[in-house]
Amino acid sequence: MSWNWELLGETGLQFFGKMSASISHEIKNVMAIINENAGLLEDLTVMAEKGLPIDPERLKTQASRIMKQIRRGDDILRGMNRFAHSVDDPLRQADLNDTLGLMAALSGRFASMRGVTLELEPSSAQVSMITNPFFLQNLIWLCLDFAMGCSGPGKTVALKAERMENGARIRFSKLQELATGNTGSFPEERVKALLQALNADLLMDREHGELHITFSSRAEG
Amino acid sequence: MKVLLVDDERELVSTLAERLSFRGIQADWAVSGEEALSLAEKNAYDVAVLDVKIPRISGLELKRRLHAKRPSMNFIFMTGHGSEDDYRNYSAETGEGSYLVKPVNIETLIKTMNTLLKENRGEP
Repeated sequence: MSWNWELLGETGLQFFGKMSASISHEIKNVMAIINENAGLLEDLTVMAEKGLPIDPERLKTQASRIMKQIRRGDDILRGMNRFAHSVDDPLRQADLNDTLGLMAALSGRFASMRGVTLELEPSSAQVSMITNPFFLQNLIWLCLDFAMGCSGPGKTVALKAERMENGARIRFSKLQELATGNTGSFPEERVKALLQALNADLLMDREHGELHITFSSRAEG
Repeated sequence: MKVLLVDDERELVSTLAERLSFRGIQADWAVSGEEALSLAEKNAYDVAVLDVKIPRISGLELKRRLHAKRPSMNFIFMTGHGSEDDYRNYSAETGEGSYLVKPVNIETLIKTMNTLLKENRGEP
């Protein structure tokens, strides 16, 4: 069976652009907060020059706020770096727990905009497999995007990686609206193309409000 | 001048409000559309400075609702877009005019607010 490279390429580029834009917006916010905190330090200094004493505690608070944002920016850039390097190799050992953690972090702002909380459920065992890491991330994102639209009144989407007898599974749960809501065109052709490329299957469990991606081969403990 | 700052980044709006107060401008802040609407219910602001992307409501939708409450209110958008040109493309269909790219220079913000107020009063 041949892969739909044109669709995979177009979908991948859209995904890369969407994530990159979101990351850049987050970094802009970090810079904006550092800008205001540094500006406030400057304001306090100008006031001190005019004879108004500066409280050392205030300076400490300002400095720690700037440090906090630098750590936040560093976390964002580390995620971006991992994401960017996911296109380096067509096949690589991937830890599903790590990949879910990265995707949850990259999708944080999208979730926040929709008022959805992403809940990473810890996995009792390491779940790793040989796969195309970029396609895997792209598929997780498309399913997560769909899942966020199906989350229930609590607006939470839970994500978990699980080892299966003959492979591995990613489970999106707490999708209460899946039972009643209209799922539209999901899974669209691009999702099907990624499933094919990853040798994976998709299952919508409407009764329990869950979405499963099952990887049937190459999973390792 | 009385200003309302709205952005889901609490530290950004609270610090900016304090810096504006040092410059004699009274500024309140909100981290959600709901908070902003509630504040606008109780206070008549001259200018609202809104983030383009706020959780659960777009900045443009929030502007529409604030304007319905306070028709004389002026609006400035803050955007995380790469440049003003990028944002101009984004806003072309919405017709939004006043916007500043993050990180915002406080003196530019004050100048923009003053220009808007002058225009609103019909001053040259």
